[in-house]
Amino acid sequence: MANHDWLGLKQELPKRRRLLLTAASFILPLAVWCVLSYVPWVWHPLMHITDPGSVDYFSTGLDVPRATFFQEVAKAKAAGLDVPQGLRVNPPYLPAPHKVARAFYTAFKTPPRLQDEPWLHQSLGHSIRTIFLGFIFSSIVGLPLGILCGSFRFVSKLQEPFIEFFRYLPAPAFGALCVAILGIEDAPKIAIIFIGTFFQQVLVISNSVRKVDPALIEAAQTLGASGWKIVRSVIIPASITDVYTDMRILLGWAWTYLIVAEVVGTMSGITLFINQQARYRNFDNVYAAIGMIGLIGLSTDMLLAWLGTILFPWKRKSGSRSLALKREWFPLFDRPPVKPVATPKLEAQTHVH
Amino acid sequence: MSTEFKLPDYRELAPAVAARFQRIRERPVILSIRDLKKAFGTNGSTHVVFDHVSLNIHRREFICAVGPSGCGKSTLARIVAGLDEASGGEVLLDGKAVSGPGSDRGMVFQGYTLFPWLTVRKNVMFGLQMHGKAASTAESEAREWLDMVGLAKFENSYPHELSGGMKQRVAIARALANNPRILIMDEPFGALDAQTRSQMQAYLLQIWKKVDVTILFITHDLDEATFLSDRILVMGTNPGGVREFIENPVPRPRSVAQYLAPEFLALKKQLEHHIHPPVEGEPAEKLPMIKLTVAGDDVE
Repeated sequence: MANHDWLGLKQELPKRRRLLLTAASFILPLAVWCVLSYVPWVWHPLMHITDPGSVDYFSTGLDVPRATFFQEVAKAKAAGLDVPQGLRVNPPYLPAPHKVARAFYTAFKTPPRLQDEPWLHQSLGHSIRTIFLGFIFSSIVGLPLGILCGSFRFVSKLQEPFIEFFRYLPAPAFGALCVAILGIEDAPKIAIIFIGTFFQQVLVISNSVRKVDPALIEAAQTLGASGWKIVRSVIIPASITDVYTDMRILLGWAWTYLIVAEVVGTMSGITLFINQQARYRNFDNVYAAIGMIGLIGLSTDMLLAWLGTILFPWKRKSGSRSLALKREWFPLFDRPPVKPVATPKLEAQTHVH
Repeated sequence: MSTEFKLPDYRELAPAVAARFQRIRERPVILSIRDLKKAFGTNGSTHVVFDHVSLNIHRREFICAVGPSGCGKSTLARIVAGLDEASGGEVLLDGKAVSGPGSDRGMVFQGYTLFPWLTVRKNVMFGLQMHGKAASTAESEAREWLDMVGLAKFENSYPHELSGGMKQRVAIARALANNPRILIMDEPFGALDAQTRSQMQAYLLQIWKKVDVTILFITHDLDEATFLSDRILVMGTNPGGVREFIENPVPRPRSVAQYLAPEFLALKKQLEHHIHPPVEGEPAEKLPMIKLTVAGDDVE
């Protein structure tokens, strides 16, 4: 039964291989990073000076380009002076994996330099709040509007052409306007996320709703459903799984608007943290913060995907397996329980030939 | 078997058959189609699918409509169901003109149109609840219907867990639960494999026997039409319309053993004749022969 074909087109792989590949998708980039960081002769373009020797502009702890360093070494040797000493290092903007890993923990422990600055967890909390408020406000309007556009040609033609135009306008372009209208606190940031999400949301959801199989609507009509009842009992449930997937993707898009939203007005949230840490040249903290955004986004999405399998039991793939099981155990179930019609009198058959 | 086969009129030969159709004709008319026309296209070029279609269907009659593809038999079913609009004429149900779909005309489609998000029982309850029946009444009625189609044990399954034949049985239960005056079936077994199909045919006759319902059954399978029907509506193209409305002499109850009965074969031959009238000369002979191999001309 073993399938030896790793590269079969559109072929499902065994579970162990799937897990292995999933792990590899994370391990491979990590491995590249490790090689760059820990194997000195691969990159390491700078020299970290441990002893400036006779070079007057060198000082302990300074990073200089390798070429400059070796020129000075050559000069010092030629002049018979003290030779500077140094270690090959990577630039500070590429910290080693273990430093970033440590920063995931220490970043939370490091108190802010100024008293009124937020801690990391406060910054993260602030960002998550901004995202979710923007997304929820967008969904409160966008979800019903998308469903209406998908269900009624009238609403679709009345709304979609304008929305289609508006979605090409980049959300950050409205930054200055949002600040002028909504002030410099959180409101303009939420507005940016709203603008970035809403217009896509209406179009994507109306498209999913439009894809509902018209045969299902016709079946409902012949069962006596009409008008709003069809929207409520057929169109919404028929498209809800697609709409749910759309919402997951849209939430991902909302995260990508976070950083531009947070520089609007007074910088806040995780963007403020990242910018300050970059200014202090704590690049390990910067990477950790960016990594945290990824982790929060990915884990939210995985949580929602898992929630989806609970909310929509008819989409569970295992269903077919349970049917096979039922068939195996109760093979008679699939036959009509009514006895076949009585055999007719055979006298008619004598005429056949 | 000889190809020269004279078609005897079984209605004259068998007084029992004549008496059966006399009894059917005495029943009240459920569905009356009057001078129905369907045409597509607007400005200038119109394509008439069928015209002057008039017929009466009596209570508890089983009508099969057959015809070559493009003759509009499915369109006819959809107009009766109210899903398509006619270009002329009218459809009367119990003497009242129908407009738009309604639960007095149940429909079973070829594609499985069960609602995937509802369990089997809730699918059957759908129509009942649309009419404002209380959930508990709807539930017990749905159970009865599922019992009737033999799927009571699957009431909590989802449609994707069922086989094609089972899905169509649920679809039949769902349509019948509304107590329709007429059940319209548009090639309902077309997607099923041959064995399941013949199982479903025998099964449908069983259900029809137990339920007071008139059936309009669209099919392209002449065996199916002959096996199921009381009368067969033969439709044609160019010009589209009714060619014949044939009374089926095959006695009831029906069984697969009748497939070889002379009246069965004769009726099938007659249908075949109407749907594919014999053409002068054999067109296959005129086709040029393309030789792909040099193996020889041993294929006849």
